[in-house]
Amino acid sequence: MSLLRIPGGLVLAVPAAAAPSDAVRHCPLPARLYLPLVQERGQALHCRVQVGQTVRRGEPLAHDGDTEATVVPAPTSGRIVAIEPLTLAHASALEVPTLVLQADGRDETALLPPLPDWAQRPPQELRRRLAQAGVVGLGGAAYPAAAKLGRAVSLLVLNGAECEPYIACDETLMRSRAAEVVAGAAILGHIVAAEDVVIALEERMTEAAAALQAVLAGQTQIRLQRVPTVYPQGGERQLVQTLCAREVPSGAYPADIGVLVHNVATAAAAWRAVVLGEALTSRLVSVGGRGVRQPGVFEVRTGTLIEHLIDSSGGYTEQAARLVLGGPLMGLALPHDRIALGRGANSVLVLGADDVRAQAAQTECIRCGECARACPVQLQPQELWRLLRQGETGQAAALGLRDCIECGCCAFVCPAQIGLVDEYRAAKSALAIAAEQRRRADHARQRHDARNQRLAREQAAKVARVASRREEIAQAQTATANAATAPEPAPAETAEAAPRSMDKSAVLAAIARGKAKRAAAPPPAPPPETES
Amino acid sequence: MKTFATAAAPHLPPRSSVRQVMAEVLLALLPAIAVQAWLFGPGLLVQIALGLLLAAAIESTALHLRGQQPQAGLADLSAALTAVLFALCIPPICPWWISAIGLLFGLGLVKHAYGGLGLNLFNPAMAAYALVLLLYPRQLSLWTAPLADLDLGQSLQAIFLGQLPASWDTLASATPLSSLRQLAGEAWRMPQIRELPLFGHYGAAGWEWIALAYAAGGCYLVWRRIVAWQVPAGVIGATLLLGGLAWLIDAERHPAPLQHLAGGGLMLAAWFVAADPVTGCTSPRGRLLFGIGVAVLSLAIRRWGSHPDGVAFAVLLMNAAAPLIDRFTRPRVHGHAR
Repeated sequence: MSLLRIPGGLVLAVPAAAAPSDAVRHCPLPARLYLPLVQERGQALHCRVQVGQTVRRGEPLAHDGDTEATVVPAPTSGRIVAIEPLTLAHASALEVPTLVLQADGRDETALLPPLPDWAQRPPQELRRRLAQAGVVGLGGAAYPAAAKLGRAVSLLVLNGAECEPYIACDETLMRSRAAEVVAGAAILGHIVAAEDVVIALEERMTEAAAALQAVLAGQTQIRLQRVPTVYPQGGERQLVQTLCAREVPSGAYPADIGVLVHNVATAAAAWRAVVLGEALTSRLVSVGGRGVRQPGVFEVRTGTLIEHLIDSSGGYTEQAARLVLGGPLMGLALPHDRIALGRGANSVLVLGADDVRAQAAQTECIRCGECARACPVQLQPQELWRLLRQGETGQAAALGLRDCIECGCCAFVCPAQIGLVDEYRAAKSALAIAAEQRRRADHARQRHDARNQRLAREQAAKVARVASRREEIAQAQTATANAATAPEPAPAETAEAAPRSMDKSAVLAAIARGKAKRAAAPPPAPPPETES
Repeated sequence: MKTFATAAAPHLPPRSSVRQVMAEVLLALLPAIAVQAWLFGPGLLVQIALGLLLAAAIESTALHLRGQQPQAGLADLSAALTAVLFALCIPPICPWWISAIGLLFGLGLVKHAYGGLGLNLFNPAMAAYALVLLLYPRQLSLWTAPLADLDLGQSLQAIFLGQLPASWDTLASATPLSSLRQLAGEAWRMPQIRELPLFGHYGAAGWEWIALAYAAGGCYLVWRRIVAWQVPAGVIGATLLLGGLAWLIDAERHPAPLQHLAGGGLMLAAWFVAADPVTGCTSPRGRLLFGIGVAVLSLAIRRWGSHPDGVAFAVLLMNAAAPLIDRFTRPRVHGHAR
């Protein structure tokens, strides 16, 4: 397999003092865990518990309502004490309804039936298991694993290339739990019927490679592949480009060219879910930066507040100036630390004032082209920026705005310190909103057209009915005239006409009564505004 | 609960700034400034000082008129770079008002009237130089032979009072390119011309050292990744190729390719002017084409035009063509068919 270096990218050095240390540390179980009833991608979750209900670890609290219905498992045993608003780990910093689970300290676990014979089981059953165990992609997006495993592919890639500096959870996982990663890789490979399974990790991760190699000894099904240490090598499309020397077409998924990429931690979680029957209730989170006393990689229960995790890593230092969820290039700056860590949270950074850039330092673009040189998807960021500033979102889209992976390379190298990625994100959501509006307008127009057609059809039918009725009457009259000798009218006609005229007179009488009443009574008070 | 100020990613200190970029370009010009001052007298340093003062005044006035912070605009050093480049182009004893007119046009009109740094279509220094070259050809030909020993007093007198030294007639000298043009017009053969001391070791006495100093500074900028290698490669490569071809075809009538590079402004243009990111191309292939275009047009103007050197005009023409070139040389975006 030939390795292709991605274009652009950055070689970034992590400040050594701020890099997380080696072994996995345990973040103690907090007294309360918080589980937002909204997914990482913004969709609401269907709550399956009530306040006051007791749950055991692993039992479903909510599910996403998809076909597979991936659940949110209870991270420990205890009682649901409230559903209260909590700030979401999202750029909007919205407060959303959040389940509050009061831990009882016993940590009783509800296991699903273990499936050690997974190799004999159909993929469908294993996917259902992953959904029941709440296994989602642990690389950051937290997309349900079961949904992503629905298509057969020829190559399965386990992504162990950390995307950003400071983040060390995947490397730590591969080093300390290599066997779980490899076993999980085999299970995922079985589900998608992959001919080839590759674990990709960065060249610098020598210890992790050695640990995996030891497990893989004598194995032929799963291979190890080291990829260059360059950011954003861990990006899904970039990894496919490097490993397959092929590009994922714009707007398509890797699965469209027969490749599936999953994070190594997802593989380990899949192994636990299938072979041990354990639901996904914790994950590794790296804590880094100068603003925290003891950086490291922690095993953290889902729903732990950042506040609690920072306390467990020695608390803040005086330098703490910015709190970031994720890495330094793509991470989200959080307004405060009372935010819960979900299954997609791979890193918490507390950066010092010297480690970040001053705001409002932006100057004019000098078209130096550094951004274009750094762009891993070969966009011309300076041109997109110029177009967006002129309001030419459509033209920017034609130049590939939607292909931007938001890696942040361009914004990092920009000497004018322009917030390029922010601008692109805003423009991309504007495009998405416009597309949605167009879709709705089309839908409304279709409905309107359909309604008009229906009304026309009904009108035509009515006209036809009236015409045929007239004809009938005319025929009947002719018949009556013809049969002038016949003394009595057709009984059916009278029977029909009589109640109709009675109805009419009753209605008229009722209207007259109402009018008289209104004239007599004083005018009624105007109804309150809320009643409408 | 601890609260934090939020900000958009990336959460890393900036790698450089516009000011830093401009400062490095100015630094890279130092060798050429030193060599030129040594060869053609301290007048150059006076011109640079004068240019910096004028540029600061024009830039801050323009920024003020545009409702911007003059300090912030001056701090990016772009106006200083324009002033220094302009001073390097004009004769060291040129009258002071040449600088005033040139910089007023270059900075006030060409740069700020189009939206300031980053939005100007044309390189301000080259536009300024082209204007004064067209308006005041006599003042722009006040060159001496190298090492003519003009002292500071004489230079100041010439610049501010317009009084040329008494011995001017013996000091004055045409530039190698204009001599070349004149002699070729008088039906001299190229090998004969090359014999003259004015044409130095490999093209132009004195000027060839300045060209080397520009190349040294330019190489530093390429190494620092401030100048994209494609631009100088395009200019120098195309000059050597085209000049070399003509010379191989008829060495009697065409100057050697090194003569093209050594005399005149091609080296300054290759490393510092055509490489100006604002007015050049941004795509890699576009930059190469831009450089080639500058060389081809320069050589064409030298050969067929009415000016001995056409670099400034070549750069301005390519500035005008840059957006079009960029449009047709965009790299293929990941995941798209060509």
